[in-house]
Amino acid sequence: MLFKSVVDWLCNPPILFTLIFILFFAAFLLRKLRWLWSPRAALIAFALGAAFVAYGLTDPNFRLIVTKPDNVPIVAMLFLVGFFSWLSMYLALKNDERMGKSLPPEEKLESEIKILVWPDLVYTEFLCMILWGVLLIVWSIYLKAPIEEPANPAKTPNPSKAPWYFLGLQEMLVYYDPWIAGVLLPGLIIIGLMALPYIDPNKKGNGYYTFAERKWEILTFQFGFLVLWVMMIITGTFFRGPNQNFFGPFEKWDVHKLVPLSNINLSEVIWVQVFNTGLPQNWFLREIFGILLVLAYFVLTPLLLAKTWFKPFFEKMGMARYQILVFLLLCMVSLPIKMYLRWLFNMHYVVAIPEYFFNI
Amino acid sequence: MATPPKKSWFDNLRESQVWNSIFRHGPPDNTRNRSLAVLTNVFLHLHPVKVRKSGLRLKYTWCAGGTTFFLFLVETITGLLLMFYYRPTAEYAFVDILDLRSQVPLGVMREIHRWGAHAMVIAVWLHMLRVFMTGSYKPPREFNWNVGVLLLVLTLLLSFTGYLLPWDQLAMWAVTVGSNMARATPFLGNEGPGAALLKVGDIGLVHAGDDARFALLAGRFVGSAALLRFYVLHCVGIPLVAAVLMAVHFWRVRKDGGISGPL
Repeated sequence: MLFKSVVDWLCNPPILFTLIFILFFAAFLLRKLRWLWSPRAALIAFALGAAFVAYGLTDPNFRLIVTKPDNVPIVAMLFLVGFFSWLSMYLALKNDERMGKSLPPEEKLESEIKILVWPDLVYTEFLCMILWGVLLIVWSIYLKAPIEEPANPAKTPNPSKAPWYFLGLQEMLVYYDPWIAGVLLPGLIIIGLMALPYIDPNKKGNGYYTFAERKWEILTFQFGFLVLWVMMIITGTFFRGPNQNFFGPFEKWDVHKLVPLSNINLSEVIWVQVFNTGLPQNWFLREIFGILLVLAYFVLTPLLLAKTWFKPFFEKMGMARYQILVFLLLCMVSLPIKMYLRWLFNMHYVVAIPEYFFNI
Repeated sequence: MATPPKKSWFDNLRESQVWNSIFRHGPPDNTRNRSLAVLTNVFLHLHPVKVRKSGLRLKYTWCAGGTTFFLFLVETITGLLLMFYYRPTAEYAFVDILDLRSQVPLGVMREIHRWGAHAMVIAVWLHMLRVFMTGSYKPPREFNWNVGVLLLVLTLLLSFTGYLLPWDQLAMWAVTVGSNMARATPFLGNEGPGAALLKVGDIGLVHAGDDARFALLAGRFVGSAALLRFYVLHCVGIPLVAAVLMAVHFWRVRKDGGISGPL
């Protein structure tokens, strides 16, 4: 069917992520279009999403993956993350409008008023507990926890997947070696989150929703959270089948699907295709261009940015904070860069030193 | 002559010696007693007596942090019940999980535990999103944001260690995939960059029998030693650390000025 094949095509990572990148920035750029961020638009988006899932469930291939017990929470998460991202932006834009008319943010109207914890907060918590309790019990009665065949070290399932919340990291394995995707980047995510309060030079927007006062922070954080974390989990869960190959949501997970592997390293491009000589024996000479490129990325970019776009940040933050901020940002942006290098040029490694398990 | 209003059974209960020995204040119908209700209760006194009205709004807080804590309690209780039946050995683990559903009365404890765990992961992410979007990590709450990040990591580790315990194909291979990453840890994993450089004479110091992955799994592959290790971490190790950090987290929410609000 045409619709299904179009969706399958759209879900291909190069197309999907390009669309998501565009949508992400467009949604923030077009924030002045109030109808786009209105509850009605959100409701329509929600209805469309729900209708798509409902329609998809009529398809056997779609149903097989989405109704896997452990995948049900991910579908719920998709809607929850979407709703709360929308809600926070909606409240932020409302506050921005108020502050544009030099009114205080909405929270300010009530933040000076102190309310007794008993009964108001205690009852809210109590209700929340009951609702969650009921939801969990109903959910548990109707959806059985998964249990497969007994563990068998001799029989590797295909695909073998990590628990769903780590599938974003597993998805990065497509573009990076394990030491980056599985160790370095997760470590940097934790370090980056912890460093956040210390490298954020903006003192405004503390304790209320706002976008206008915190554009860069929100764009960066949400890009990392929505696109590079949640979307990667979605891709890793729903679109990666046997042999970690891509499968559209309506496509059958065929173990025998063949995907041509034409990935090529930067050193091969330069020495073989450009210089038309063989690869040098010495690994350092072989990889010198890649090493220089990576060094330039991490050393020259911060200097260039300090002179140009990031000048205000640099002046406000000082050397150390600025360096940490830009290093973390460059690491984050390296993922989409590596993705596009792969999709556009079949680039495998920029620096490939398998002798020392050091591939970038 | 007007008859005095009839006392309800609850009024009688309130006047009993037993009740008054537990709750040492009158009914919470005035400010003083409502304050005492919070102040004299060890559980409720995690709260201050009064909070900002804006902090009560569900659209502001989404109740995400509270939900995460509630789910932690659910996991503790259901986990405790599961521990009565579950034996963490390669021989029994899988059949014990099967028996949990078919032989144990009210056999949904494992379901509640598993779905609660997934919900907790989602709730903790949403809590982080809310705290970020309201700028609540900014001074003076930087330190508490850091405690929160650690708690988020611990939540994921709790979920990951628990994932192995059913000892089925899903569990074993998910943990195999996850722990294979440790093999690539720079310098500490046998396939990590730099590991080959660590050697004395000709003898490498880092190999499959002593690297980061080996420490995680207590072996070269996911076997019964890994099951025991994950079980102990899941039931005792990580919850203990998380409980300590939660105490710090809640304490600091109060000490840093309560639920955040515009200054």
